[in-house]
Amino acid sequence: MLAGSEVDGVHIVHRRDRFPIRGTRAEKRAERGVAMAFTVSALAGVAFVVYFIAGKWHWHLPGTSQTFQYYTPILGVTLATMFIFMGVGLVLWAKWLMPEEEVVQDRHDEPSTEEDKLLTEATLLVGLSDTGLPRRSLITRSMLLAGGAIGTVPLIALVGAMIKKPGSQLLHTLYTPNPTLFPDSNGMVPLVYSDWRQVSPDDMLPGSIATVFPGVREETPDGTDGLTDASSPTLLIRLRPGQTVQSRKGQGGFGYPAKNPEFVAFSKICTHAGCPASLYEQQTTRLLCPCHQSQFEVLKDAKPVFGPATRSLPKLPLTVLTGPDGRQYFYAHSDYVEAIGPAFWERR
Amino acid sequence: MTAPRRKSEPRTPIGKVGTFFDDRLKLAGPMRKQLNKVFPDHWSFMMGEIALYSFIILLLTGTYLSFFFDPSMQETVYHGRYVPMQGLSMSRAYASTLDITFDVRGGLIIRQIHHWAALLFLAAMIIHMFRVFFTGAFRKPRELNWLIGLGLITLGIIEGFAGYSLPDDLLSGTGLRIADAIMLSIPVVGTWVSFLVFGGPFPGHVIIERFYIAHVLLIPAILAALIGAHLVLVVRQKHTQFPGHGRTEETVSGERVFPLYAAKAGGFFFIVAGITAALGGLAQINPVWLFGPYEPRAVSSGSQPDWYMMFLDGSTRLFPSWEIRLFHHTIPALFWPTVVLPGILFTLAGAYPFIEAKMTKDRAFHNLLQRPRDVPVRTSLGAMAITFYMVLFLSGGNDLIAKAFDISLNAMTWGGRILLLILPPIAYVVTYRICLGLQRHDREVLEHGMETGIIQVLPHGEFIEVHQPLGPVDAHGHGTLPYAGTPIPKRMNQVGAGTPLRHVRGFFYPVKEKPEIQAAIDELEAASNGHAAVEDASANEPAQLHD
Repeated sequence: MLAGSEVDGVHIVHRRDRFPIRGTRAEKRAERGVAMAFTVSALAGVAFVVYFIAGKWHWHLPGTSQTFQYYTPILGVTLATMFIFMGVGLVLWAKWLMPEEEVVQDRHDEPSTEEDKLLTEATLLVGLSDTGLPRRSLITRSMLLAGGAIGTVPLIALVGAMIKKPGSQLLHTLYTPNPTLFPDSNGMVPLVYSDWRQVSPDDMLPGSIATVFPGVREETPDGTDGLTDASSPTLLIRLRPGQTVQSRKGQGGFGYPAKNPEFVAFSKICTHAGCPASLYEQQTTRLLCPCHQSQFEVLKDAKPVFGPATRSLPKLPLTVLTGPDGRQYFYAHSDYVEAIGPAFWERR
Repeated sequence: MTAPRRKSEPRTPIGKVGTFFDDRLKLAGPMRKQLNKVFPDHWSFMMGEIALYSFIILLLTGTYLSFFFDPSMQETVYHGRYVPMQGLSMSRAYASTLDITFDVRGGLIIRQIHHWAALLFLAAMIIHMFRVFFTGAFRKPRELNWLIGLGLITLGIIEGFAGYSLPDDLLSGTGLRIADAIMLSIPVVGTWVSFLVFGGPFPGHVIIERFYIAHVLLIPAILAALIGAHLVLVVRQKHTQFPGHGRTEETVSGERVFPLYAAKAGGFFFIVAGITAALGGLAQINPVWLFGPYEPRAVSSGSQPDWYMMFLDGSTRLFPSWEIRLFHHTIPALFWPTVVLPGILFTLAGAYPFIEAKMTKDRAFHNLLQRPRDVPVRTSLGAMAITFYMVLFLSGGNDLIAKAFDISLNAMTWGGRILLLILPPIAYVVTYRICLGLQRHDREVLEHGMETGIIQVLPHGEFIEVHQPLGPVDAHGHGTLPYAGTPIPKRMNQVGAGTPLRHVRGFFYPVKEKPEIQAAIDELEAASNGHAAVEDASANEPAQLHD
């Protein structure tokens, strides 16, 4: 063994049997310790299998038997015991029973010999001149062209297949008036709750909010409808008496009633990173986005007053029509006048 | 014509098997070389091992999960065992994640082990990177391995995020929504990138399938290849180690792979596996059934990503609302903290070995590690970087901190902004002073010796403390040993004084041997300690006194 290691440049400078005298009690004790660790590991493995098969694991409603709750923890404990005692046994075996040693190995990381370098260089140069590439620039260039094509074409083929033209999709939502779907309302899209019920001003108490959607049931080319499209969620807010909204220029009539609005609707999609800005504090009239804590002041037309958001939440132009049942219902007078959601390059 | 034969045919079964393979593959030489390879032992070298072992655990548990997971965004109605969700419409990805949790026997523990192992994988890689950084292990000739390691961390983060997105629950959907906003924020090509990845406007119908194939095949294959290259380089360039007895630039000292290192490393693998099993069984993680399926209109408060993404979440929360609008185009504020900042951080990390070599004009080979205190500039830069990272990391959970300690959320944000700028320089200065202080103390002990705790009264009444020199002293009683980059013993029991009962076996009481065996042991110890005892006697002479 020593000779073998010397051949590999490995020098055993210190080597000591942990128990030079055979058969001592201390050695037996160490041996028993290691064997005990392996035995515990095996027993834990058995316990795992037994509980895996016999344990109750089906989920039950609260109020009924809840023993399934112990299934995963008990599996975890038995599995961990099995692994850890196996590992501990191996480490103790090495530390208690295998001869301790200190071994020094030569590193051999001097650079290649000059001879090696010269010969390799010569091999490369002669090979290169055999190909004739240094003289035949025509071949070199045309081959580079072909290589470029071979390198690029698969990339183009792959990426090209995945490219989708953004077009103006990010600029519009399903609130865009649609006379074919809604001939009765002059194309204006009704506002609905998440169960397709139409939204009426009478539904809401002062100071309350509701998440509403464009009532478009027909699937878009992207396979979404008014409820599932990511651009749809809208917050409809009924202000308290006495609260007034300072409107942006040209958007004064977007609320309902158009003068001194009591109802305002904003896109729920945060203009920062697209999370729903859904926490409304009645007392401070602020909307908070829980993702990055942008805060929007509703009375200032959902203008960002804190955090990383830069733009106000887009405001939906509201109007109210009387339905066949005589009740009043909300409609979007037109689409948002600006792009909703996070900003992007093409956005003005 | 017969094949050349060994002089003696093997007789044992093992010998026959060995000969079978050696006759065909000629293994004896190379195999012995690997068995005899020497690995140094130091607790800080374990971090990379933990990363490797958790990667293996990830491959095993991930394969199991792929038998049950359905990476589809197709809408389905849930009819599984989890009653609160029954009848809800959700994607098949989310439904099959619920099935793994509630309808597959033992599925939950494997899913949780997988998640915990992923967190451990990244944590171990990053702490391993700290170790390599602070000890200078990245220096020539190991810069390439530093770059491979950085690539592993980058890919590991992407891999982790892709896996986190797969269940299509409310939390991961929120993460995807933000990822889409980050893509949209890239100037010029942002919308094209977003539509390319999502196959149309967010969320589209393909993202889970695409992330799935990236998560289970593409990225793991690259990770495995890079890990292979990382290890091949470690074997070829051999391990670094701290200077010391038998450890020079030309040699490496430790234990051989077979049997000691193999037993210890194999055992350590099982210990890591056991710890992830315990975490997966006992510590709930990512309870997706509480979050519900993803819907663009919903979000929960306290939406935190996995820990390795928290620094980006933090930078996004802290960055001010600075949007650039020029010539009818927009560069969103989101672009700077989520694209530019990590770009700068990872570029700086990758360039660091080359920057340091250039600044210090150090072109030499380095196989020996440095103690962090001996390179105060690098150590302080590292402390500065970690401080910067920690402020971002904590800001990623600033809403939770604000809630737990009843602090204003706005104050947390402003605090984070200010601390991000002033804490790193403070960390630099403080670390620098600590390094110098530790260096000075090393020199002092070398020169004046260790404190023994023994107070002597001199005849004229003066009290002095007796110091024990570490080596030979000069005429003035000052130590002559130079500093060699190794830890310096500073207490008497670090040099063997004060621990008379070494190598005593037994936990509650010493193991008693049979008299004849005890006699043999005593004889052996007396023989081997013969010359050591003489040395001990000289060390016990009255210590050199000086003030």
